[in-house]
Amino acid sequence: MFDNFVVPNLLPAAPEMFLAVMALAILMIDLTVKDSRRTVTFALTQLTLIGCAAIQFATSTGEITYTFSNMFVDDLMADLLKLFLYMTVLMVLFYSRGYIIDREPMNKGEYYVLALFATLGMMVMISANHFVTIYIGLELLSLSLYAMVAMNRDSVVSSEAAMKYFVLGALASGLLLYGMSMIYGATGTLEITAIAERLYSGGVNKTVLVFGLVFLVGGLAFKLGVVPFHMWIPDVYHGAPTSVTLFISTAPKLAAFAIVMRLLVNGLITMAADWQSMLIILSVLSMAIGNLAAIAQTNLKRMLAYSAISHMGFMLLGIVTGVVGGDARYALNAYSSAMFYVIAYVLMSAGTFGMMLLMARAGFEAEEINDYKGLNKRSPWFAGIMLMLMFSMAGVPFFIGFFAKFSVLQAVVAAGYMWLAIVAVLFSLIGAFYYLRLVKVMYFDQPEDESPLTAPMDVRILISANGLAVALLGIFPQVIMSLCAYALLRSL
Amino acid sequence: MDIQTAVFYFLSAILIFASLRVITARNPIHAALHLILAFFTCGGIWALLQAEFLAIALILVYVGAVMVLFLFVVMMLDINIDKIRQGFWNYLPLGALVGMLMVMEMGLVLGSKYFQVAAADAMVPAGVSNTKEIGALMFSEYVYPFELASIVLLVGMIAAIVLTYRGPKKSKYTNPNQQVFVKAKDRMRVLQMPVEKD
Repeated sequence: MFDNFVVPNLLPAAPEMFLAVMALAILMIDLTVKDSRRTVTFALTQLTLIGCAAIQFATSTGEITYTFSNMFVDDLMADLLKLFLYMTVLMVLFYSRGYIIDREPMNKGEYYVLALFATLGMMVMISANHFVTIYIGLELLSLSLYAMVAMNRDSVVSSEAAMKYFVLGALASGLLLYGMSMIYGATGTLEITAIAERLYSGGVNKTVLVFGLVFLVGGLAFKLGVVPFHMWIPDVYHGAPTSVTLFISTAPKLAAFAIVMRLLVNGLITMAADWQSMLIILSVLSMAIGNLAAIAQTNLKRMLAYSAISHMGFMLLGIVTGVVGGDARYALNAYSSAMFYVIAYVLMSAGTFGMMLLMARAGFEAEEINDYKGLNKRSPWFAGIMLMLMFSMAGVPFFIGFFAKFSVLQAVVAAGYMWLAIVAVLFSLIGAFYYLRLVKVMYFDQPEDESPLTAPMDVRILISANGLAVALLGIFPQVIMSLCAYALLRSL
Repeated sequence: MDIQTAVFYFLSAILIFASLRVITARNPIHAALHLILAFFTCGGIWALLQAEFLAIALILVYVGAVMVLFLFVVMMLDINIDKIRQGFWNYLPLGALVGMLMVMEMGLVLGSKYFQVAAADAMVPAGVSNTKEIGALMFSEYVYPFELASIVLLVGMIAAIVLTYRGPKKSKYTNPNQQVFVKAKDRMRVLQMPVEKD
């Protein structure tokens, strides 16, 4: 029985293994750290992420490689997304450090370890080629996030947010699993590439398949946070400690994009007509409800939560327009525009929440829009950075957010969905209102607190670099755009 | 009737009786013990279907771990069962309706043509142990998710500890020697605190 066992090729999964081993090591090393700032733990965590990136570079072949009995796939899309993932987590932890040092219940080595395990979960999701690995990666990510949200345990709001996130997350996992089991029932396999082959060769019961697909899309929509599965987003963003909100609003979006690509595009592309019509509904509703509800918010975290919903809706447009009526000419363009959109969004979101963390200090959260009154008088440089981030989120030309929206719209128009493009532009215009309101508050209102901002030098440099990247990549969007297009060309 | 069918009916009868007792017993301990009986009988039915691994896992995991914990909880918490039972008759119509719907749905699912397995396919050939087969698959084909599942469990453990552990609790006792030598300034401290903005 054991004669035919072959040791799997471990090389493509080297970054995952390195991260897992390092996370376990950090868990142990942290026990001996006496320093209340946890410098050793923090440095080791950051070095681990840099090490992962280095290993990713070194082991990347550029070919599509399957290993672990086809459960793991390593292609250029995975490599690129993982590199952005390491960069994002690295940035997130840099921004968060001062915040969690000021807040005693969160100032533990486990915070960094949980962040690393969440990263591992996302890497597993990005490289998954099997329903079981997608699900396990997702649970690893979610479980770590629930704990991180609840970590500020003396705060009632945080505990409530964690509870909501946990219950709704379990429900969404249930939906996803139910959909997966239906698709397994119809095709007889759990492996994504094998499903694509079975569907291509035909003879699969369509009713069971579409039934499963509905649940699958529902589960994915929850994880992306698009309407009507968006209820958890505002509450969790608002209730979670800002450093955790920063984490939730950035890196998991990359992983969610990856599993949408793996499940819908790699696996169920023959069903494109069915899932595209579902995604169009989700996308239009998200842009509508996200942008309209954001206007009514006075809390910046809630506002950004609704803005995240609308951004994810916009991103879905890129996935919707890949294949139209069996014509896959524009597929590459459409999917790479969606990928570019996600990366751009992650960059902007990291900067915005990073600014909130920079403003916050012990006993003060800086999460109301009014807290930003007259920021220009207190610190013109950081007000300028925030201005660029808000302009970029709104899609004002020559920031990265503009080109993200532009490339998605280009794909939508090329696919012939003119009405969809018009709807998207209209809602983006409505959305510009609440981004610009923050700019107005920062530049034209009188500050209540005249004290200049204080922040450590490394965070100042990083957030400035983040803001400038949003502007510079807006002038040279081709840098990332062509990376995305090339990665997808070699992966699809 | 061959011996297998006879055993099946025997076990099923015990299972139905035990399950009914779980919901009708007034004493929660009796209910929990009947649930253990139900798990055992269920394990027996699985063993009859030649799924001995599931049978063993059910008994080890549910009877060995989950039910023991459950009994501990029942014994530690003073639950007033009669109070919980109030309103039983009020909820009965709705509960019965939901129960009927579930039975009908299960009937539809089991009766539909997508979920039929030919009796010949369900037979396990002689000399195959499914415990061994599952073990071999788990450590060969499914080794990657298997290892990841262990990390998921570890994260669960870390999360539980982080969220509940509040440092070692030292027992409180008085030291008469120190009490005698105490001075006024040891009892009162003047603190300087930075002003915090809300």
